[in-house]
Amino acid sequence: MSAPILQLQDIRKNFGGLTAIENFSLEVFPGEIVALVGDNGAGKSTLVKIISGVHPPSSGTITIEGKPVTMSNATMGRAHGIEVVYQDLALADQQTVYMNMFLGREPLNRFGLLDRRRMIDETEKLVKELDVRIPSAHATIRDLSGGQRQGVAIARATHWASKLILLDEPTAALGVAETARVEAIVQSLKQRNVGILIISHSLDQVFKLSDRICVLRRGKQIGVRETKKTDKNEIIAMITGLQQQ
Amino acid sequence: MTSANTGTEVGSFASRFNLQQYVVYLGFVAIFLFFAFMLRDSGFLTVRNLSNIVLQTAPVTIMAIGLVFVMSAGEIDLSIGSIVAVAALAAAVTIASYGMAAGIVVGLGAGILIGLINGALVAYVRLPSFLVTLATMGLFAGVSRSMTDLRSISVTNETFTGFFGSGSLLGVPSLIWWTVIAIAVGHLVYRETRFGAHVLATGDNARAASVSGISVPGIRLAVLTISGGLAGLAGLLYAGRLQAAKYTLGETDLMTVIAAVIVGGTLLNGGKGSIIGALVGSLMMGMLNNGLILMGLSVSDQMIVRGLIILTAVAVSLRDKSR
Ligand SMILES: Nc1ncnc2c1ncn2[C@@H]1O[C@H](COP(=O)(O)OP(=O)(O)OP(=O)(O)O)[C@@H](O)[C@H]1O
Ligand SMILES: [Mg+2]
Repeated sequence: MSAPILQLQDIRKNFGGLTAIENFSLEVFPGEIVALVGDNGAGKSTLVKIISGVHPPSSGTITIEGKPVTMSNATMGRAHGIEVVYQDLALADQQTVYMNMFLGREPLNRFGLLDRRRMIDETEKLVKELDVRIPSAHATIRDLSGGQRQGVAIARATHWASKLILLDEPTAALGVAETARVEAIVQSLKQRNVGILIISHSLDQVFKLSDRICVLRRGKQIGVRETKKTDKNEIIAMITGLQQQ
Repeated sequence: MTSANTGTEVGSFASRFNLQQYVVYLGFVAIFLFFAFMLRDSGFLTVRNLSNIVLQTAPVTIMAIGLVFVMSAGEIDLSIGSIVAVAALAAAVTIASYGMAAGIVVGLGAGILIGLINGALVAYVRLPSFLVTLATMGLFAGVSRSMTDLRSISVTNETFTGFFGSGSLLGVPSLIWWTVIAIAVGHLVYRETRFGAHVLATGDNARAASVSGISVPGIRLAVLTISGGLAGLAGLLYAGRLQAAKYTLGETDLMTVIAAVIVGGTLLNGGKGSIIGALVGSLMMGMLNNGLILMGLSVSDQMIVRGLIILTAVAVSLRDKSR
């Protein structure tokens, strides 16, 4: 296997007196999907915020492609090639798909004005590659279905992520067909040689998509398993802390 | 590719698009035709009357541009009417002692400064713009009254009154130049720059804008400052055209400006708007004023009719928002 794209070592995060994450270590390799599972409040979203730069860890090191990094906001995370698909998607509903794709990073033409042509072309290209089925790059986000919106948010992350994509419960609000669609898109991201960390409460989905599964319970890392070499019972036991006989 | 479900959504998209985008133009044409027919013998259709409408609406149009930015960012500015009076009085007083250039600087500066105060309170103290500008509206209405003890200050500097009021260049009145330039620049900035896109994103979804690296407080400060500055410019235009400044200037403009902006397709809650729509909305309000006067309606009847039009516009705007 190649070198890890992301390495977390002994990560700890305190919120005042509360320890949200402790002793957490994980490696993510390019082209790999790692699932992060755990009960409500286990610390999954906190971990995503640590990796994306929103919350700096209280102690421990984050290493990206072999280089230790310190980040204090999401802009710094993005500069390191890390993109997040937030649970609420963070899309501007009344703007077009292409404006959302380039939100905050709009390309300019030689007159210093918005380069719409380029935004539209790149959006159409990516939407086609990822097979996100939207009516057009000009469509307004509010006119899209839940799955299409999720597709746009993933396409945006894919467009900008050079190293790592973090997905926080990407199918939590979707129906069966749309979930399948989004899962297919996530699966196709592996070819892009970025690391993918996905949070999900659906073990079916985790077993369908991931290469490895990392279990978190009350802020502690319980273990990491290769998906092929484990089963649901073991993972459930790890999540709940109860042995299943 | 599209399921039956997406098909209907595209359908409703089309009808909403039509309504939102064209309601102001349809309304404008309908009102124009109505007056053209009803007032065919009262001089509505004369070049003189029509150009008068455009000249009279210039300050409202300029303020409306600022309000499109403010409302698109999800904020409101109720203080523009008070800023007009403060800026006009400050300019008039300064011109009398220090000349035209100083007067322009002080007048515009007063508008920008009040806008900055509004913006800083909204962006960094995180107070709602509705309350902040409601307070500064009252505050500066008081300031303009006390500045000159309710007296009117005349402006005799002819360069100033020509530049901002009665003058013309290449046969086109200066007020029309101001309108055209402000609309062109406003439209370009709103539609074609990063700043414009960030204003819309902020009004649409401030959290999304923020995680995308947009400085949401910076945008809020900027739009309220722009609005203050443009209200200051409107004050100079009033002082130039009337050759005098008084605390009553701009007093009744707030409702007209808000109506023009909303009729013009800018959403009350942000995320969507149009500068050109606001221009047409402003001309429509001016035409309405003019026509209702020519029809011989009393001041109170004019107010009722205008109120009804604004209600209709708000209803259309909110109908679009909720679905
Ligand atoms: N900003 C914060 N300040 C204080 N405590 C926090 C903060 N963010 C998270 N926590 C706490 O950290 C713990 C982990 O929360 P987190 O949101 O990471 O859980 P989660 O695994 O994502 O849960 P869920 O599955 O419900 O999304 C919780 O006890 C939560 O209350
Ligand atoms: Mg969570």
